[in-house]
Amino acid sequence: MRALTWHGKHDVRVETVDDPEIVNPRDAIIKITSTAICGSDLHLYDGYIPTMQRGDILGHEFMGEVVETGPKSTLKKGQRVVVPFTISCGSCFHCSKHQYSACDNGNPADNQDIAMELYGQPMSALFGYSHMTGGYAGGQAEYVRVPFSDIGPIVIPEGLDDDKVLFLSDILPTGWQAAENAAIEPGDTVAVWGCGPVGLFSIQSAFLMGAERVIAIDHFPHRLELARKFGAETINFEQTKTYEALMEMTGGIGPDAVIDAVGLEAHGFFVDNVIDQIKASTFLGTDRIHAIRQAIVACRKGGRVSMPAVYGGVVDKFPLGAFMEKGLTLKTGQTHVQHYMPGLLNAIIEDKVDTTFLISHRLPLEQAPDGYKMFHDNQNEVTKVVLKPDLAVAAQEEIQDG
Amino acid sequence: MSETHNREATDDAPLSTSKNSDAVDEATAALVEPKGDTLIGRTVTINRPRAELYAYWRDFTNLASFMDNIVSVEILDDRRSHWVVKAPGGKTVEWDAVITDEREGETIAWASDDDADVPNSGRIDFRDEPGGRGTQVTATIVYDPPAGIVGKLIAKMFQREPAIQARRDLRRFKQLMEAGEIATAARTRNQLEEEKA
Repeated sequence: MRALTWHGKHDVRVETVDDPEIVNPRDAIIKITSTAICGSDLHLYDGYIPTMQRGDILGHEFMGEVVETGPKSTLKKGQRVVVPFTISCGSCFHCSKHQYSACDNGNPADNQDIAMELYGQPMSALFGYSHMTGGYAGGQAEYVRVPFSDIGPIVIPEGLDDDKVLFLSDILPTGWQAAENAAIEPGDTVAVWGCGPVGLFSIQSAFLMGAERVIAIDHFPHRLELARKFGAETINFEQTKTYEALMEMTGGIGPDAVIDAVGLEAHGFFVDNVIDQIKASTFLGTDRIHAIRQAIVACRKGGRVSMPAVYGGVVDKFPLGAFMEKGLTLKTGQTHVQHYMPGLLNAIIEDKVDTTFLISHRLPLEQAPDGYKMFHDNQNEVTKVVLKPDLAVAAQEEIQDG
Repeated sequence: MSETHNREATDDAPLSTSKNSDAVDEATAALVEPKGDTLIGRTVTINRPRAELYAYWRDFTNLASFMDNIVSVEILDDRRSHWVVKAPGGKTVEWDAVITDEREGETIAWASDDDADVPNSGRIDFRDEPGGRGTQVTATIVYDPPAGIVGKLIAKMFQREPAIQARRDLRRFKQLMEAGEIATAARTRNQLEEEKA
């Protein structure tokens, strides 16, 4: 089959590799119909994530048709499914508490050593996202092997387009969980750093959960425009002093809840960020954390901090004093996708959330490397690239502005 | 609690976590018949009933399903078994093991007999995890590394070092018991065979 493989910083290629097979009884093989490039794939593309190996197949947002099932899979051939990016067994202590991304068993035993040393305990495995998270082949390919297929994939009813449901795999539940972690109360003002896909979905989710106002912070005009479309007020941090603006816009109180949907590759023009960049490039530290610092300082006293943004390593100059003195609460974590899928599928069916607005480009799988470059170089116009293995190269459509 | 805990120390932590290098003497004293001077201890919690885990383990022919280095375990009689285990450099090592202590649903202790390639002894303890969360399985193993420190380093290079193996084997045991299968990132059956080789 053809698959998008990683070869190093800014070097991804579409290559021919062996087709996947049923290896374990609970496996299923899915023929991919749609697969997206995620903002966190850019962390791999930029070489920020350790334990990648040449030839790794990327992709953790995907869906398709069931073509083969193991004896213990509950899926049936021909079903259309969306696959969660977290690989969870469904039977360990954490899965029984619906903490799917903390699954004890999804990560192969040998790979768990890496996370044990870094994080104290191994996390669940993820598709196509380094060997620390399992080393599983991802879904930017024609076919993918899905382990624990009786627990993860959700069957999509007929009549719903791929484009509507694809984001159940990661970014829609991630945006929803971000808003849920912000413990939003009716009347709240919520500030969201980063209007990428997760930020935009957390804005929609925050309003559905009863937020009175959402203030969206970014520097890409097109992304701020999308945030405005969902009812958010906006701050362009290239033109505006973010902390000052937030304080003025909230009458000196600060937002009740703050959401960092920027993460490891925060772009900011500030001294601490420049120091972070120097440290990152000299391997003194892996994470650049301007957004979370600003969010903690801006958050109102006794407020809530939600951090869906991906961090991988250690940071310094974390404003622990402000965090403690103001009595803030922080909730974070990889998304427990399986927990949120059924409810969010219903929300899509009932038109409560808009998902298709996000897709700016549809490309054939063969042009995946172009998709990565485009997404990386032009984050204003390119909000989401969806790869379609069946799309003929000539018939590629590019839709600007959703 | 159990006799593998440090009576000299001022805390309740297992001996295998001691900073004190002579902790192994106390651990070996707690074992029925100590063989060797290198101590491994590792505990894993498994979300299954104690009796079920004990029964699976007690049938030693099952162990090859999750212990990657076992080539074969042959049952000789109700106390004796013959073990063939992979070693670095494509070699194998063999020994006869004798059950030295056994309590149904709680403990299996063993020691290798005198002409073992790698003298070893140990015990597997099964305890109910508090709060109805399943079973704590603790492996305590004492062994003599072949060729001393150098042998241990070579084994580590080949990822056949017993401490690394014990921790990974226990994780695989947990996966098999909880999920019904052992997680692998292999994309094809060939890849899986290569990983196991």
